[in-house]
Amino acid sequence: MSIALSGVFYTYMPGTPYSREALRGIDLIIEPGEFIGIIGHTGSGKSTLVQHLNGLLRPTKGVVKVDGNDLHAKGAEKKRVRQRVGMVFQYPEHQLFEESVFDDVAFGPRNLGLTADEVSQRVESALERVGLPASDYATRSPFRLSGGQMRRVAIAGVIALQPEYLVLDEPSAGLDPRGRDEIYEQILQLYHSSGMAVVLVTHNMEDVARLAKRLLVMNRGRIEFDGKPTDLFRDETIPLHEFGISLPSVTSLIRTLRARGLTVDDTLLDPGEVAGAIEVALGQKRIGSC
Amino acid sequence: MLTDIMLGQYFPGNSFVHKLDPRSKIILTLIFVSSIFLANSYTGYLLLGLFLSLVTVVAGIPVLIVLRSIKPLWIILLLTAGIHMFMTPGTPWVSFGPVSITEEGLRQGIQMSARLVFLILMSSLLTFTTSPIALTDAIERLLSPLKRLKVPVHELAMMMTIALRFVPTLLEETDRIMKAQMARGADFSSGNLLKRGRNMVPLLVPLFISAFRRADDLATAMEARCYRGGEHRTRMKELKLGVRDVFAVACIGAMVGILGWLRWG
Amino acid sequence: MLLAQDLCHSYCNENGEEMMALDHVNLKIDAGEFVAIIGRNGSGKSTLAKHLNALLAPSGGACLVAGMDTRIVSHLWDIRQMVGMVFQNPDNQIVASIVEEDVAFGPENLGLPPAEIVKRVEESLRLVGMTDYRLHGPHLLSGGQKQRVAIAGVLAMHPRCLVLDEPTAMLDPVGREEVLESVCRLHREEGITVVYITHFMEEAVAAGRVVVMDAGHIILDGPPEVVFNRVEEIRALGLDVPIAADIAARLRSGGRVLAEGIITDEGLARALCP
Repeated sequence: MSIALSGVFYTYMPGTPYSREALRGIDLIIEPGEFIGIIGHTGSGKSTLVQHLNGLLRPTKGVVKVDGNDLHAKGAEKKRVRQRVGMVFQYPEHQLFEESVFDDVAFGPRNLGLTADEVSQRVESALERVGLPASDYATRSPFRLSGGQMRRVAIAGVIALQPEYLVLDEPSAGLDPRGRDEIYEQILQLYHSSGMAVVLVTHNMEDVARLAKRLLVMNRGRIEFDGKPTDLFRDETIPLHEFGISLPSVTSLIRTLRARGLTVDDTLLDPGEVAGAIEVALGQKRIGSC
Repeated sequence: MLTDIMLGQYFPGNSFVHKLDPRSKIILTLIFVSSIFLANSYTGYLLLGLFLSLVTVVAGIPVLIVLRSIKPLWIILLLTAGIHMFMTPGTPWVSFGPVSITEEGLRQGIQMSARLVFLILMSSLLTFTTSPIALTDAIERLLSPLKRLKVPVHELAMMMTIALRFVPTLLEETDRIMKAQMARGADFSSGNLLKRGRNMVPLLVPLFISAFRRADDLATAMEARCYRGGEHRTRMKELKLGVRDVFAVACIGAMVGILGWLRWG
Repeated sequence: MLLAQDLCHSYCNENGEEMMALDHVNLKIDAGEFVAIIGRNGSGKSTLAKHLNALLAPSGGACLVAGMDTRIVSHLWDIRQMVGMVFQNPDNQIVASIVEEDVAFGPENLGLPPAEIVKRVEESLRLVGMTDYRLHGPHLLSGGQKQRVAIAGVLAMHPRCLVLDEPTAMLDPVGREEVLESVCRLHREEGITVVYITHFMEEAVAAGRVVVMDAGHIILDGPPEVVFNRVEEIRALGLDVPIAADIAARLRSGGRVLAEGIITDEGLARALCP
């Protein structure tokens, strides 16, 4: 199921003194199986954009087509699209409401009208996937879990819909470094094991540079870049600072070293590889200096 | 979307009306509202209408915005007008079979609706020209004699201030939670009343939990800033009655006087 | 200025077991210092912060603020005026519907005369660069702006010490920069003692001293170059290190001889290519 946006514009509160144009001419196609990162400053339109992917928002101008069919045409089945494009909002633990973990994760599948058996199956599988096995956690109250665990329950609640696309808005917001690493580990595992396409919305270049194969840079309602992360870093004409984003710290470091005459490949993102490359570069010069 | 609602929206400004002491504004509004019931002739209503227009113009609030405040209540207006028009006995003016609108009914209907409109407009003007903080301050001061009866006036005023502060924030949060649950297939718009009530649980429970968490955090933050109740607290903006307030009282007094004379004189 | 002596804080968890959030913590902070306290979630750093302004009382040991014991109730309000605290959630600290009214909240609680309050509000807003937003409603501000208003609200009470409990955890990178910049400037220009709790290592390196906590204990305490040099230990505690320190440690373990205490990109560049 591919999703295509053509000429999409979106204005918040049109016709009032508070009106704000959040999207200004978006053309985008996403395909199943991709791992896309969307990065940009607050207000660049990232969250607005992803809410068009599952029909939560309707364009003020322009068309959203799912598998070639206009999402907002008469009779279009928005509910089905919502099942196929799962969306995890920021601080998803704030939407938990049921008395047991099982019931909260089951909310989505139940809304799909599945049988009790199917619901059970989906819940168990989803909980397994986020590392909270049903046998231990199903009957517990979601509100008695740690913050990180609550977040994983919320994510399970979306995975249980078995969507084709999983959109995550700032999944590491508010987490400490270990929590952040764990959640990205989990997302990566999900991506590899389930074949779901992942759309990751974030401010943070560190996170997205390593994980995404395709990067969209948004600025003031427009897509300014759509391509490979390393191509973005290599292209010195792109004013990252103006867009409110920065290079990954690894890449900045490499740039500083290169400016000093040490030639290290600036597409490297893994610290171990970088250290190795530095040794090689130093070895190629006179021993121990540049 | 939800934040579009202009709940008693405040329009900052520097007009004569804005600068009146909020206590006098509240009292003058109450007097105006009571005096609405004094009017019983078209001249009286005209006078009230003129007074309202004067206040609107002096305050600098766009007329359309003021009139829009009637919108949410147009059903009640229609009902009121309708009930009076059809139920008042007297000489029929227009008939639809057994049911008819009488001349007296027509008069009553128009008058009652006009009264409601004036009531709504004046109250709206009060909230348009007085900030929520000023209003709660004024109410706190006006009710302070009740402290002797052990009524927790300061605490109530503080509650109102905080509630008003959080209205836009909570509306935003409601929007977010709704979208999150809709993304999981929740349906907030269809079904009969009972079903819709049940469908609200995924919206209300998280909202309540969030509200309690905020309350807890806020209480801690207030304590950290040395809040310990109303004792010995001072205020940055002290309420002081001035010449303007005397003038405003005089104006209203004059209007009430004229209305009284029209009615009984 | 701030002294924790064998400070303990215990609580009962889900299963009724007694847990120690703080386990015999000893910490001395002098006037004018800029101390960053880092640690993962559950390390006790926020609990420690709340003892510094008597929001929490010790279960064991003592906490002294300018010589005043936090256990003594009559000192409570003086301590809280002296040690101002800014919290994590930008929204849940703002009490009033207008920025200047919120900044006035603290001084009003102190019972100051109106003219003085007006002066302090203006001064505090200027110090955090939010004077233009005086009459704004808080819901129209960004996260970083809200936190600056919260800082102003605390500054208006003329505290000697500013404790910030993960002030940037809920902000975007721009907001984080704004807040850190404001705090650094306040420390530099006004000489306020700053205790800055965070898990963002790029903020910790801005401090003059870094204290690392884990499981209710202080594990490391020293200048950033010394603390972040111990890359393996910091990593093992679930925290980040500056990328330069990470790479330097790897190069060292590969046999290269490098000076200790490299934590900045320039530092590494200079060490490798003098």
